[in-house]
Amino acid sequence: MSVTLDIRLKRANKVYHEGEVVAGVILLVCKEPLQHHGISLNLEGLVNLQLSSKSVGVFEAFYNSVKPIQLISSNIETYHGVFVNIQYTLRCDMKRSLLAKDLSRSCEFIVHSQPQKAKVVPTPVNFTITPDTLQNSRERSALPKFLVRGKLDATNCVISQPLTGELVVENSDVPIKSIELQLVRVETCGCAEGYARDATEIQNIQIAEGDVCHGLPIPIYMVFPRLFICPTLETTNFKVEFEVNVVMVLHDDHLITENFPLKLCRV
Amino acid sequence: MAAVQWRSSGRSYDAELQRCRPEFAPVDFGDYHPLKAITVTDTKTRRGAPETPAITHSASTGDLGRKKKEKEEEAVGADFEPWSLRRGEILARFTTTEKLSINLFMGSDRGKAPSPGSSAVSEKVRTRLEELDDLEEDYANRIEELNQSLKEAWSSDQKVKALKIVIQCSKLLSDTSVIQFYPSKFVLITDILDTFGRLVFDRIWTMCSDPRTLPESFTVDDVNDTAKETCLNWFFKIASIRELLPRLYVEAAILKCNRFLNKSGIQETLPRLTAMIRGIGDPLVAAYARAYLCRVGMEVAPQLKDSLNRNFFDLLGSFRQISSESVQNQLVLQRVEVPEYLTLYSPAINWILQCIAYRAPEPLLMEMMERCKKLGNNALLLNSVMRAFSAEFVAARATDFIGMIKDCDEAGFPKHLLFGSLGRSVACADPPESERLTILNEAWKVVTKVRSPQDYINCAEIWVEFTCRHFAKREVNTVLADIIKHMTPDRAFEDAYPQLQSVIRKILTYFRDFSVLFSMERFLPFLDMFQKDSVRVEVCRSIMEVFIKNQVDPTRDPVILNAMLHICKTIALTLEDEKRSLSLLIIGFIRMVSFGRDFEQQLSFCVEARASFCNLESVLVQLIHTVNTLAMETSSVMRGNHSRKTAAFVRACAAYSFITVPSLSSIFSRLSLYLLSGQVALANQCLSQADAFLKAAVSLLPDVPRSISVEGKLRSSESFLLDFINNFLSTLLVVPDHPEHGVLYLVRGLLNMVQDYSWEESSDAKVRVYISALPLLAAMSQESYLYSIPKVDSNETLYGGDPKFLSEINKLCETLIGQILDQLKTLGRDEQSARRQASMAFSLFGVLLAHGDLRNNKLSQLFVRTLDFLKLQSQQADMSHLSETVQRLALQTRT
Repeated sequence: MSVTLDIRLKRANKVYHEGEVVAGVILLVCKEPLQHHGISLNLEGLVNLQLSSKSVGVFEAFYNSVKPIQLISSNIETYHGVFVNIQYTLRCDMKRSLLAKDLSRSCEFIVHSQPQKAKVVPTPVNFTITPDTLQNSRERSALPKFLVRGKLDATNCVISQPLTGELVVENSDVPIKSIELQLVRVETCGCAEGYARDATEIQNIQIAEGDVCHGLPIPIYMVFPRLFICPTLETTNFKVEFEVNVVMVLHDDHLITENFPLKLCRV
Repeated sequence: MAAVQWRSSGRSYDAELQRCRPEFAPVDFGDYHPLKAITVTDTKTRRGAPETPAITHSASTGDLGRKKKEKEEEAVGADFEPWSLRRGEILARFTTTEKLSINLFMGSDRGKAPSPGSSAVSEKVRTRLEELDDLEEDYANRIEELNQSLKEAWSSDQKVKALKIVIQCSKLLSDTSVIQFYPSKFVLITDILDTFGRLVFDRIWTMCSDPRTLPESFTVDDVNDTAKETCLNWFFKIASIRELLPRLYVEAAILKCNRFLNKSGIQETLPRLTAMIRGIGDPLVAAYARAYLCRVGMEVAPQLKDSLNRNFFDLLGSFRQISSESVQNQLVLQRVEVPEYLTLYSPAINWILQCIAYRAPEPLLMEMMERCKKLGNNALLLNSVMRAFSAEFVAARATDFIGMIKDCDEAGFPKHLLFGSLGRSVACADPPESERLTILNEAWKVVTKVRSPQDYINCAEIWVEFTCRHFAKREVNTVLADIIKHMTPDRAFEDAYPQLQSVIRKILTYFRDFSVLFSMERFLPFLDMFQKDSVRVEVCRSIMEVFIKNQVDPTRDPVILNAMLHICKTIALTLEDEKRSLSLLIIGFIRMVSFGRDFEQQLSFCVEARASFCNLESVLVQLIHTVNTLAMETSSVMRGNHSRKTAAFVRACAAYSFITVPSLSSIFSRLSLYLLSGQVALANQCLSQADAFLKAAVSLLPDVPRSISVEGKLRSSESFLLDFINNFLSTLLVVPDHPEHGVLYLVRGLLNMVQDYSWEESSDAKVRVYISALPLLAAMSQESYLYSIPKVDSNETLYGGDPKFLSEINKLCETLIGQILDQLKTLGRDEQSARRQASMAFSLFGVLLAHGDLRNNKLSQLFVRTLDFLKLQSQQADMSHLSETVQRLALQTRT
């Protein structure tokens, strides 16, 4: 006899805020009468921390700091990262007699934190990239000449709104191959004893392809993905921060990167 | 049987005619009359209740539909040339023989079924080779395959795979190797994008269509959360596409879906995507991306003009990219010349400008034009402006445009194309009258200098229309002369038949007066360039069609006649198939020739025509008809009294027919024309000619085959032959006997032929002829004949009712009746032929009743015998249809 158990949430996007009721139905489909010893519903919020392979050795000392943390209140947003995962699940269990297997079904829903009260005032950031502005370049003299001016409309961004700005290639001795926006997450796990900090790419968006017209502003535009992003987060055990890199690849395969830390929030 | 004696019943035709006249019965207004106009008065009272709901419903939706249509028309009307028209043009124009490759990294489609034994390396090599082999056609097929697999993936609910396919396709658009093919590649790939856009939109649409269909004019509020979420998901997925070009194209493809999410979505997206194109370095790729965006924009939100303009200004802003170093390097590498490269832009820029210019205010167009002027290397833009802006706009400023064209760089965009575009505009809209000649002169100065014959003729062909439209034959003649001069060396015309044909078409459109047309000195020499048979015939045909359609009055203009005859001859000489339709055209021409009262001239025209078209049978037939008509016209002009001269002329006409008829191959044409010409000769008092015609017809009879081909099918000739003989018999009534031959010479001759003819075994045709000869003979024995020919003495006058003549007739009748009765008897021996026997007896019965003098005892006996026989027959089962008739007849004859 086939029985299926399903959780159907009322909201199509499954997004809930603190203080809201998660409503929906449990759907039980069976062809014949079914005996059971009750159906229970469980809600769980969990932070999973993982150590990157390069950090494992260092962290054996404070091993306990990376065990899953149960969340009591839902003031932290859902977030799917590499080393940090924040997940809210609803689990439905149906107990049955000894001979039959218990049935269970879980369903993730998404929590968005309450909008912050303070207004976000966008602060534009202007930047100029030339061989001279580059740090940690060992071969500065070997670099071809170029001048790129640009502007990010804000680095304190609202998650639901795209990252915007523009960029002008004023001149470049070597043709440009590509200009990209790289969205990076910086996850920090640890405690007073020590911590591990890892930066990984979330997504990479090309905004210019080929030898673009000099002097013509090219738009910077990136939509923040869902789930892989949350408001910038700082707790005692872990931190989640975001950065964006403007990456310029030249035809001779020189790679020039300009980094901008972002502060994400919800309004 | 020989005991039967024939006496014809005497007839008074006048009295019979009187009796036959219908009686007049006055009809009062309001009386029943079968031909009265029908008026219907609706007596049904309309029910008070409203009509059925179904009807009101459909009426209202119809109304809605109309309103909707009107609303759409506000933004884009039927006068907007749709993309679908451009599509084919681009595919046909931008082709290549170079090898093309599609690099699909997904590869799953192709490399999916490797034979288990083959190593990874050989698999790789195989794919490589396949890629190299992709020629243009295969490329198109391959893209079509992708289109199919997109649809399949979609219908099997593999939405992610579908998206991946679309992304891969759009990626192909950043590849500019084999650059000549790029416009066509764009067309093929955007087809797929269109499909994808439609699929996504329809999917979300159906999600909202439960329980009732979403109205066409839906708003965000009509969309449910699930649909919104799905739609949002698509946009998030697309926003995270790594590469610029696919992200751009795919988002543009589903632009319309913004309507599910919010009101201002499209309005905000269009400018953003427009700006995004600035990131594309390759100017050709960027130009086409703009064209696509404009296209989608025009479809989804035609009222948003700003984005269209923005696209164009951005295009101008990055225009210098076209001459950038990386482009130059690419051209050198692919061995493509700059002028050719520049023409690759035309479809894209034309399209963008067409969208902008659509119902745009003139100041905007002026601004666009000014902006183009300011740029260097603007020929490309200038060309697109001329193509895309309304012809009226361009024509009004034609002189300005010529100035701008002159200022353009020689090495850039080909000038003949510029003049071609200008020519197209001034051909359909009129430039100021005072400037026209200058325009023509300036344009032709350039056109005539174009070196390549192909480029030359492409451009010249366009300007012919302008010349025809505004100038007279002198200028057109000059143009034709110039074309001949350019196209004759090295037989260049051989590669330009379509264009040359188009020149002829245009001239024919504007020059409907053929006397003017043919007086153009270079017109016939121009025709001489069509040396390929099929093309020449086609051109001649088109000229003749126009001639026949437009020449209202018959003509004798020697210029027209000479030229047309020349054209007709050309056709007649060259073609075997399509003879029929071409003959019809020639016939049409012959019928338009009239020399008025100059009959001799007309006859000699016919003589000439006969010499030229001796291989076209139907034309010969027409010529004989024409000559016969000519003889009759002469007769009517002379009011039947021929002078010596006209008598000689009609004899000449007869001679013409007499000579011409034998050359026809169709025996029935020959027979009927002999008869007809004989009648005409008779009507013109040419007795010996008439005799000759009729004799010829009679002596032709034995040659009639038993079966003939009618419209390709073999059919028995019997019914045709019977028709002809009956027709012939009725003519014989008025033909006087030849003084040197015996009485009823032609009738006897005919009957002899009928007797000897090899009729089909099972046919009664011979006897049927005999039966139909009886009425003729009866008519011949009357004192005054039913009809006669003015000024020709028929036998009635020749013999004046001579008893000898009458007894000759009676003898002949008796012989015939004897033959008929013999046949009836023969048929009686066989059960099978009872039906035939009855039917023949019935015919005989009819003739006896109508034409025999039944006061004659023997004849009346025969009559009664026939009647009795019919009664007997009618009792048989399958003859019951006769019984009633026979009964009635019996009654009538007894009273």
